[in-house]
Amino acid sequence: MDFLNAIIVLFNFTVIPALAYGSQLALGAIFVTLIYAVLRFANFATGDMMSFGTMFAVILTYYFQSLGFGLGVLPTALLTIPFAILMMILYMLIIDKFVFSYYRIKKSPPVQFAMVSVGVMFVTQALIRIIIGPSDRRFLDGEKFIIKATEFKEMTGLAEGITLKSTQAITIIVTLIIVSIMFWFLNRTKTGTSMRAYSDNEDLALLSGIDPKRVVLITWVIAGILATIGGVLYGLDKSYRPFVYFNNMLPIFAAAIVGGIGNPFGAFLGGYVIAFAEIFVTYAYKRFISYLLPEHLEPDSLLQLLSTDYKFAVSFSILVIVLLIRPSGIFKGKVI
Amino acid sequence: MRNYKNVIAAYSIMIFLIILVGIFQSWSIALTILNYCLISAVMTIGANIQWGYAGLINFGIMGYTALGGLAVVLVSVEPVKKAWQVGGLNILACIWIIVAIIFIVKFILNRFDKSKLRNYSVASVILGGIILLRVTAAPGIEAIESVDPAKTGFLGGMGLPVLFSWIFGALLAGGLAFVIGKIALGLRADYLAIATLLIAEIIVSIIKHEEWLARGVKNVIGLKRPAPYEIDLQTSEWFINLVTKFNSSKLNLINSISDKQEALNQMVIDASSVYVKLCFTGLFLTVVIILLIVTQKALYSPWGRKMRAIRDNEEAASAMGKNIVKEHLLIFILGSAIVGLAGAMMVTNDGLFTPGSYRPMRYTFVIWVMVIVGGTGNNFGAILGGFVVWFLWVEAAPIALFLINLFTSHLPETNAVRVHLIESAPYFRFLVIGIGLLLIMRYRPQGIIPEKIIKQ
Repeated sequence: MDFLNAIIVLFNFTVIPALAYGSQLALGAIFVTLIYAVLRFANFATGDMMSFGTMFAVILTYYFQSLGFGLGVLPTALLTIPFAILMMILYMLIIDKFVFSYYRIKKSPPVQFAMVSVGVMFVTQALIRIIIGPSDRRFLDGEKFIIKATEFKEMTGLAEGITLKSTQAITIIVTLIIVSIMFWFLNRTKTGTSMRAYSDNEDLALLSGIDPKRVVLITWVIAGILATIGGVLYGLDKSYRPFVYFNNMLPIFAAAIVGGIGNPFGAFLGGYVIAFAEIFVTYAYKRFISYLLPEHLEPDSLLQLLSTDYKFAVSFSILVIVLLIRPSGIFKGKVI
Repeated sequence: MRNYKNVIAAYSIMIFLIILVGIFQSWSIALTILNYCLISAVMTIGANIQWGYAGLINFGIMGYTALGGLAVVLVSVEPVKKAWQVGGLNILACIWIIVAIIFIVKFILNRFDKSKLRNYSVASVILGGIILLRVTAAPGIEAIESVDPAKTGFLGGMGLPVLFSWIFGALLAGGLAFVIGKIALGLRADYLAIATLLIAEIIVSIIKHEEWLARGVKNVIGLKRPAPYEIDLQTSEWFINLVTKFNSSKLNLINSISDKQEALNQMVIDASSVYVKLCFTGLFLTVVIILLIVTQKALYSPWGRKMRAIRDNEEAASAMGKNIVKEHLLIFILGSAIVGLAGAMMVTNDGLFTPGSYRPMRYTFVIWVMVIVGGTGNNFGAILGGFVVWFLWVEAAPIALFLINLFTSHLPETNAVRVHLIESAPYFRFLVIGIGLLLIMRYRPQGIIPEKIIKQ
């Protein structure tokens, strides 16, 4: 029984949050990696683009709520995602048309692209703050929990309970659906294959009659879908705050590189690697251990490897280690 | 001389703008902007050395700035004796443990051939060392942080004059750059950017959360100054006489003695803050001029030519027998040290150290915009970039507010759009900087003052 309790403690405080957080990171990381693979630059506006899409979802959620629309137990935000995605794709295409396409045609070095994306980051951040302001916003409605700790305890008679927030379940399910559709698209459809061909060798792809404009367009469309959904899921789970989204860019980059940048499957797993590492290293194992050890051996300290203040530092250290030992990432990305 | 015409023109416009601020807002604000422009100029010189001379992308400027700031606390604050008594030994022991870990790892790496066993043993030494560190440090840190936590709760510094901290800040940043350079410089350009960005984030989070070191997010206030304090000036005889002399014509217009005294008091208060800022301006200007002369000399020396050769064609330079790895490391250290110096100058100017305020937006990306806008590879350009971008960064909000009021003046005061726009005026600075960067990148990629190669 103690053993079961210990497992449940671990499951409740580390595995479930890590799965949800990892899914959010994974969507962002695939976004980064896709842009890197097809358009060939590190997009420093990642966090702010996600924030931009989420902003529309937040505004529309408030609007729908005022009209009385809703999905009952599910959050209204899910209803707004398609509209937010449309706005996001529109914004990305405008940015691409007026900013990135010029450098793409000129075949500028990746460094110049990165600096341009910093400019886009500034502009996007300004637009977000001017439109919605920098403050913290919650836009979750509907049922908050699927399983509550107290109910779980009553049901099973254990001393520890499992809490499953509806946002966590939604995050994991939506991520799995989106990512499977995307992999199916990339690997099985003709358009997806042409995208991969373009990413592998641009000149050869052009020779075989692939239209680069179409590839770029589709890349931005997929990027818009990933960015908006990733951002909305994060906002539902935690809350929407532009500054936090900007900071999220850092673990997302870490996830993309750890998985091997340019490799979507690597980025997907990289998200979970980063999330699990962050949570496992900063979790206080006292309660977990106290179930496993006999009473007189119970530890006094929290048994925490690092305090939660260093959450970000953990993921960045993993990134540095990966860069040192295996610069192409765990799952061979593009050659560095 | 013709070559310098645009440089002189650009700088004159900049000085004119600052004087305009002095006339329309106040001289105190103008000098604050000028001081920050000078600090930004030092940062851009550092970033320009790395990017303009050698083509290294360093997105970790925030980390070195924060380290420079930390140096001010470590050098100038009086040591907290009680904290040293209760926890000093543990901290010293920790330093020894770190040194020991480094030596053991180096020994293993040098002594044994590459193998799985070696990797595992290095990993286990580091892991064991970290656990040992935590066990040793925990009681010491707890004791130190409980010493009068409202005021101190940290080890304090060395109690030296604050100007030493500028040198120490540069050394500290340079030392860190050596370690990071050893790790990360082999990476391709955009990976280097991401890696340095993240490493800077780690450094700031350590400074933020290790309260025994510099109080972390609780901030250190009331740091020493290399300039006199306003309060002392306001009571000293010579300063009041000076102010009277300067404003004698204005004062003579006032007839009643009590009014005259009041006006004089107000003038003394204003003048004291201007005087203190002028002292800082003098110090910063000295630093900028010295750095400018040194970097300019270096740029046109054989060493500078070598750096440009490496930047423009690594393989060719390598074939000519230049040691690229060594030169990159050297320039990474030099540039970072200058950024560290700027960080120390900034904290000295503010008189307080607030680790919570170090954010990549303000301390990394804005500095990069300065370098790109001003002109990569040209020190005059980089400094000008520091001036222009900082000026825009500060003045964008008031200008935006003015424009919003102008364009919405036909709307009623309570109009929702107008109120919303006025509230969000401070964020127009991001828009201005972003659009400025995009325009410069597109239409003048070499910057306002482009790089100039003098053929000898």
